[in-house]
Amino acid sequence: MGAILSTHKVTKRFGGLVAVNSFEIDVQEQSISSVIGPNGAGKTTFFNCITGFYTPTEGEIIFDGHYIQGLSTDRVTQKGISRTYQNIRLFSKMTAIENILVGQHPHLKTLWFEALYKSRRFLKEEAEALEESIRLLNFVGLSGMGDHVAHNLPYGAQRRLEIARALASKPKLLLLDEPTAGMNPNESVELMHFIRRLRDELGITILLIEHDMKVVMGISEEIWVMDFGGKIAEGTPLQIQRNPRVIEAYLGRGAASGLNLTEEGEEA
Amino acid sequence: MNILKENFRTTMLRFGLVGSIVALYLAAVGMIETFAPRMLIGTSITLGHVFLLLAAVGSGFFSARELKEHSLGITATAGFISGAVSSLFLVILTFVIQFFVIQADQGSIFKLREMFVNFSPTLLEFLTFGKGLILGNILLIGLFGIMGVLGASFSFLPKRIRKGWINGLAWVFGIGLFSENVGQIFREFNGTSLNKLLFTGKSLNPIAALLIFAIVFAAGYYGVKTATNNKWKTFSPDQQKQGRLIFTVLGILFLVALPWMVGLFLSQALFIIGMYVMMGLGLNIVVGYAGLLDLGYVAFFAFGAYTMGILTSTGELGRVGFSFWAALPFAVLAGVLWGLLLGFPVLRMRGDYLAIVTLGFGEIIRIMALSNWLAPLGGGAQGILHIPQPELFGLVLDSPQLMYYLVVLGALLAAFVTIRLRDSRLGRQWMAMREDEDVAEAMGINLVQTKLLAFSMGAAFSSLAGAIFAARIGNIFPHSFNILISMNAISLIIVGGLGSIPGVIVGAIILIGLPEMLREFAEYRLLMYGFLLIIMMIAKPEGFWPEKRRRQELKDERDRQLASQTAELEN
Amino acid sequence: MLQQFLDRFSLTDFLLKIFQIVAIIILVVGVFKSLGADKYTSGQWVTLIFAGLAQGSIYALIALGYTLVYGILLMINFAHGDIYMAGAFTTVFLANSFAASGFLASSPFLAVLILILFAAGVSMVLNVIVERVAYRPLRGAPRLVPLITAIGASFAIEYSFRGFYGAEFHSYPLIPALNGLNYNIAGFSVPSVQIVVLVAALILMVALYYFIEKTKIGKAMRAVSEDKEVARLMGIDVDKTIMITFAVGGALAGAAGVFNGLFRPQGVFFFMGFIPGIKAFTAAVLGGIGNIPGAMFGGLFLGILEAVGPNLILEGLGIPAVNQLRDAFAFSLLVIILIFRPQGIFGEKLSEKKA
Repeated sequence: MGAILSTHKVTKRFGGLVAVNSFEIDVQEQSISSVIGPNGAGKTTFFNCITGFYTPTEGEIIFDGHYIQGLSTDRVTQKGISRTYQNIRLFSKMTAIENILVGQHPHLKTLWFEALYKSRRFLKEEAEALEESIRLLNFVGLSGMGDHVAHNLPYGAQRRLEIARALASKPKLLLLDEPTAGMNPNESVELMHFIRRLRDELGITILLIEHDMKVVMGISEEIWVMDFGGKIAEGTPLQIQRNPRVIEAYLGRGAASGLNLTEEGEEA
Repeated sequence: MNILKENFRTTMLRFGLVGSIVALYLAAVGMIETFAPRMLIGTSITLGHVFLLLAAVGSGFFSARELKEHSLGITATAGFISGAVSSLFLVILTFVIQFFVIQADQGSIFKLREMFVNFSPTLLEFLTFGKGLILGNILLIGLFGIMGVLGASFSFLPKRIRKGWINGLAWVFGIGLFSENVGQIFREFNGTSLNKLLFTGKSLNPIAALLIFAIVFAAGYYGVKTATNNKWKTFSPDQQKQGRLIFTVLGILFLVALPWMVGLFLSQALFIIGMYVMMGLGLNIVVGYAGLLDLGYVAFFAFGAYTMGILTSTGELGRVGFSFWAALPFAVLAGVLWGLLLGFPVLRMRGDYLAIVTLGFGEIIRIMALSNWLAPLGGGAQGILHIPQPELFGLVLDSPQLMYYLVVLGALLAAFVTIRLRDSRLGRQWMAMREDEDVAEAMGINLVQTKLLAFSMGAAFSSLAGAIFAARIGNIFPHSFNILISMNAISLIIVGGLGSIPGVIVGAIILIGLPEMLREFAEYRLLMYGFLLIIMMIAKPEGFWPEKRRRQELKDERDRQLASQTAELEN
Repeated sequence: MLQQFLDRFSLTDFLLKIFQIVAIIILVVGVFKSLGADKYTSGQWVTLIFAGLAQGSIYALIALGYTLVYGILLMINFAHGDIYMAGAFTTVFLANSFAASGFLASSPFLAVLILILFAAGVSMVLNVIVERVAYRPLRGAPRLVPLITAIGASFAIEYSFRGFYGAEFHSYPLIPALNGLNYNIAGFSVPSVQIVVLVAALILMVALYYFIEKTKIGKAMRAVSEDKEVARLMGIDVDKTIMITFAVGGALAGAAGVFNGLFRPQGVFFFMGFIPGIKAFTAAVLGGIGNIPGAMFGGLFLGILEAVGPNLILEGLGIPAVNQLRDAFAFSLLVIILIFRPQGIFGEKLSEKKA
């Protein structure tokens, strides 16, 4: 298995501020890996560079054999990358099902005017899309909540719905931006299992940004540590936990608790 | 005595003074004087009286509601006092008119009447009931007090009586106000006999007024209700299906028969309402679904009309001489093309920037049409004359009744397209874009393409409406395409409920139909339109007939609140 | 290779580039042809520029009201042009009685000052009333709803004043002390009324700038426009601050109304606020809406360009009666500038900031 996503010296500057500095990662196909780092280290900016929301000032991003740096967001998605957001960004006034249906956009082929005379292709595709949406809804454990308006769903359900929406585009690579933010420890562990299921059952490569060390150490196969936009360490969870620079970046506190938590995480 | 308590006094005084300012405003703006001759009931109650006493009724109502006092006597007294207080500024005004207008010093530098054109001796005469300053003012204060009690009665009467009481008054006022339209409808039905019974001139007969009041009051009191939604739900799905079919057939029959029931004048109003429904549905796609604020919608309407004019006119500017039907596709196409041409550069702008650019675009089109530069093409200020009426199998659609059918067909087409697209992938794309552009793009949606589709779809219906409009009125001039059309269109979709198709129809009836019927208000129409917009939006910010989705959302919200309240109670 | 090109090619960008190039070609050709025709003397150009500056300072004062309100409530106060009309229209009667009594001739400075204060007061009160009645009940409503009440308020104000004062035009009196007097600037003569208007408007703008930057109320206004909730937590009375914002915006518009009356002889009437209103909004957008110095420069910029532009650019292209197209020119300019700089001339890029 080779790398599905490689970034080469990706740099993003805002005026004089260097948010991402020559950051390089190689994400192996069908792996679960993480980018971690203190607040404001530039992780989300890096995600935004991958998804095309920002154009990197310098550097190259290679996904599945294509150079994708500087492509517009919709085209990046069509190549097979989809993402969730740190602060959930659902289409809050649309229903859960509609959210997932929008997510399926890249795979729908009918032209807009076919809806006017309801061509056979249109009816078939809509029925299939609806079926797929319900399947995804069940997959993320939200059976029967399809007709609820998204912003009325409980917080945890919104997180799951956002993942379902991201899955709807049938991505090869799924970027999760702090998926456990705002969750209690039980919910986090549950989500961790769910992420593993995504990879095992659907064969999707997963790249996380995460603060919860328990989650990160528990499921990642490879970790990159970011600080002030640059890479300060990379390796397996075990290597990262022993890396003095990482401990320094987290002022010892995060890493130490990370150590303790990992043991629990590995038991789990 | 409660009535002497501090908070009672301030409440009555406060609402009395606000009422007083309103009364003075109505006098200054001229509505009292202008409508003094317009009889409503008999020869003694005129529309001017209604405007005169509106403030007193209002202040009585609001102070009674604020006081929440259960004693009938005290509430009535409070109503009387605040009503009487609301005559304060008018009383002062009578003296001002007497001494600064009628007996004004001819050589004075500042002439009040030159500034406030409505502070006339006639107004004084009306305010004092022709009884002179002293006696007239006593009458005025007394009448205001009584009207205050009337206003208070809306709040303190027992619920059952109150409903009939308010409805009865509203019906009498409504029939008196729309006497011409009501009379016209009666004439279409059974000649003039019923008319003569009800009206003398434009005014309702006092006895007829009492009768109407009694009927409505009784209906309200004994709780006559039409079939409610709850009953509907008890039917089986099959019955519901049948019922829906029957309603559809009845609806179509009604739409077909409507212009012949209401006569020529109201058919013209129906034609205009239909035209705005068509435009509103188009704009609803742009603003309601795609979330693009377009304030220059009139531009496409103008394109449609001018294309129709240039292609079909038999005057000197028409060089092509197409028939209406041959020109129609070109008119729509012209609108769409200009929509695309404008859309490309501007659709990358943020929401409010888009608003001003489209507003500016609407003005550019009007100014260009007016200019000498383009006069060889569009006639400049002289416009395009002699646009022929459409012809269908030898039948010339030359009356508003026949053109109404054309416009209804157009509106049905717009509704059909809107519904089909709303429930398709494109509709979901639009809504996703409206909710969050960045995320929509991250779902693989091409924003420019999606926006352009919405924009050109809106342009198509606007230009279609414009083309039909041109064929209906025969001569078009640049000043017909002013900003008021854009404002009407955007207002009616928001007043109806953004994104809602029945909302567009309701909005068009309220904002276009009502002012059409109130033509006799002439210069005060737009004044009332303005206040209507403010009041309606404050009363119903989500619109009169919100989109189903929005209603679901509101319902979910209520359920959740209810659930949390029960949870609290259980704890 | 082809795939890579197709991935990166965007039809929109391509068409926008073409649009930009065409716009530049039209501008350059128009300017060259007009100047080549040598129809106007340099004195005439200077006259146009100063008339444009005076008109532009009026746009700027109105634009400030739009920008202040937009900065704080993120809404387009569509009725603002009519607030300007209210001050100008009401004050014309006072001005005429000053003229009739000879006060205007005997102490013109004091008289004009009183007129400005009076108009500012009228517009201020009206703007505060509009905010209280039409906007305050709708805090937190969907964004388009206040826009509709603003449109409603606009109609209500226009036709109320038509009802009050009638539908006729009323002209401001000429100020004897300034009438027919020309200033001499670098050898070119400029009507002194224009200089007075320009200077007075600039003084007001500088005063506003200090008010916003230095005073406690100004700081509260900036805090509320940054984040209402946080401002509330810091003990700022948000509703009162919004009210003051409307009051300041209204006062500036009222003053602008008097300036307009002084230097434009066409007179005032109930519908006079509409076109200056949307022009001023255009100016505010050009400067980057929400940006106070931006609104000032946007106004002056728009004033000069629409005074000079039609003659400088359109006439060279062989278009007849260019002055009819002045307003169309101003709006086209807006479109073109926004194509080059979608965030306005002084606006900050929002897309980079919000992520």
